[in-house]
Amino acid sequence: MNSRTTTFLKLAALAGVLAFPAFGSEFYAELIAKVLILAIFAMSLDLLVGFTGLVSFGHAAYFGIAAYAVALLTPKYDPASLWLALPASVLAAAVAAFLIGLFVLRTKGIYFIMVTLAFAQMAYYVFHDTPVGGGSDGIYLNFKPDAAIAGWAPFDLNEPHHLYYFVVGAMLFVYALLKLVLRSPFGRVLVGIRSNEHRMLSLGYATFRYKLAAFTLAGGLAGLAGFLYAVLFGFVTPEYLSWHKSGDVLLMVILGGMGNLVGAIAGAVALVGLQEIFTGLTKHWQLLMGLTIVAAVLFMPGGMAATPARILARINGGKTNE
Amino acid sequence: MDFVSFLIQVLNSLQYGLLLFLVASGLTLVFGIMGIINLAHGSFYMVGAYLAFALTSLTGNLMLAIALGLPLAFVFGAILEWALFSHLYKRDHLEQVLLTYGLILIFEELRSLAVGDEVHGVTIPELFSASIPLSDNLSYPVYRLVISVVCLALAGGLYWLIQKTRLGMMIRAGSHDRDMVKALGIDINLLYRTVFALGVALAALAGMLAAPISSVYPGMGSSVLIISFVIVVIGGVGSVWGALVAALVIGFADTFGKVLLPDLAGLMVYLVMAVVLLWRPEGIFKKA
Repeated sequence: MNSRTTTFLKLAALAGVLAFPAFGSEFYAELIAKVLILAIFAMSLDLLVGFTGLVSFGHAAYFGIAAYAVALLTPKYDPASLWLALPASVLAAAVAAFLIGLFVLRTKGIYFIMVTLAFAQMAYYVFHDTPVGGGSDGIYLNFKPDAAIAGWAPFDLNEPHHLYYFVVGAMLFVYALLKLVLRSPFGRVLVGIRSNEHRMLSLGYATFRYKLAAFTLAGGLAGLAGFLYAVLFGFVTPEYLSWHKSGDVLLMVILGGMGNLVGAIAGAVALVGLQEIFTGLTKHWQLLMGLTIVAAVLFMPGGMAATPARILARINGGKTNE
Repeated sequence: MDFVSFLIQVLNSLQYGLLLFLVASGLTLVFGIMGIINLAHGSFYMVGAYLAFALTSLTGNLMLAIALGLPLAFVFGAILEWALFSHLYKRDHLEQVLLTYGLILIFEELRSLAVGDEVHGVTIPELFSASIPLSDNLSYPVYRLVISVVCLALAGGLYWLIQKTRLGMMIRAGSHDRDMVKALGIDINLLYRTVFALGVALAALAGMLAAPISSVYPGMGSSVLIISFVIVVIGGVGSVWGALVAALVIGFADTFGKVLLPDLAGLMVYLVMAVVLLWRPEGIFKKA
């Protein structure tokens, strides 16, 4: 596909998403909002996995910490202010990512995968075992954050349409932000670290600081996704930090093709789509999910983004060989 | 804490740590020798526990169930290596993570289809069902001591296998330089298959031994998997002795954490890991 067709497809998809609430049902609008939130989550992880070469298996921790932050910041009988709760939740996730990053970024390769997982488990147990966040039952978020500034409300998150467009806006913001970051000198350094960290070190870049900055940024953006998820569904459980959630988001990134922001979005669409289809078929849908994952790894290296190119290469390659 | 309850906690720590060692040793061997990160390793523990449950119901005796289940687990491991894992050696860690994550979902659902989602108990063999009285009201079950002894014997056996036998020589050589091992005419595929099947059998045995004391329940593989990861990280990837030391450290940290700081029990293990990582980012027994 050339760049003009991809741009056209992207704009068509965006137009579809923007127009959807006008004619689609509320159920599907909520599903799309969920996909968009998970797309933010997947893009934030892609910054680490795809662009910096850091395979984090504990990304759900930051998602869940921000979700808990908004739930805990909301008073029992009143909404919290959006302009306070949103930055505070994202900040909580970013600070957690910074602190955990100080530890995990000392390790590499297999260690990094296992240690990020272990720290995420630690965060999981904080919410699961202690009464801080209602234990294993989680907590309800009875009031969605209030967008009013000094009495004037530009929009109201209790309105499903307003919330929907707020999520769309957040997704576009994250996409644009990551595009800018990746185009900046900082982003080039990250990509350099992925291809050869030793070379970047010899060139005089303090790679640890760059990795820590990327880890913190990714954690903060995952926090944004967690915040939106908690607001959309109105409750928070320790499952938000579970390693299944970390596995799912990693799956989205890889299904879509690493190092490709649109791929991460496509991965979120694919994963939620598959889940919807499989849960409709059988109670044991995880079996179908597992089989799909195994088949995808064995037969589709490089993810969905690479598949058209691979098929073309195979067709062309077949011709030249014979 | 008086001496008797302290002693009981020490014995519990040893038993728990040694059991974890059985799971972690296979994990660290597969990491160290084949460079594979296997998330499904916890599922083998779960499979072992369910095998113990199913075969005990059939034969009426846990020991008979273990005698039957162990070779089954070994063969299961060999088949799995042949069908799936042998395709992963040249892939990167990310794809290994993904495929084995998919396997966990498959194993859990197959378990659910085959035996359902209820919690099951397994009876302790009559021979070991007694308890040793330690004071007026405290006693220690013989079966837990048996677990510790069996695990210690297996650790010794593993030491003998790796340090004193020809197979062990190949395993040690394979973890240093697999191309050289291949060049020397050793069938590396067979070696990999054996090591993998051995790891599966050890994890399944841990599950079978634990079945009577922990009972058999859905999701039992996940918690063991993550603790085993912590052990492998603390001990150093590929180091079986590191895994033994780390497993004991974790056994003590977890058991005493639960007694002394019940609110932070779940965190204790990870705090230990964080401290070790600050001190030695590549584990206590880092391999050169």
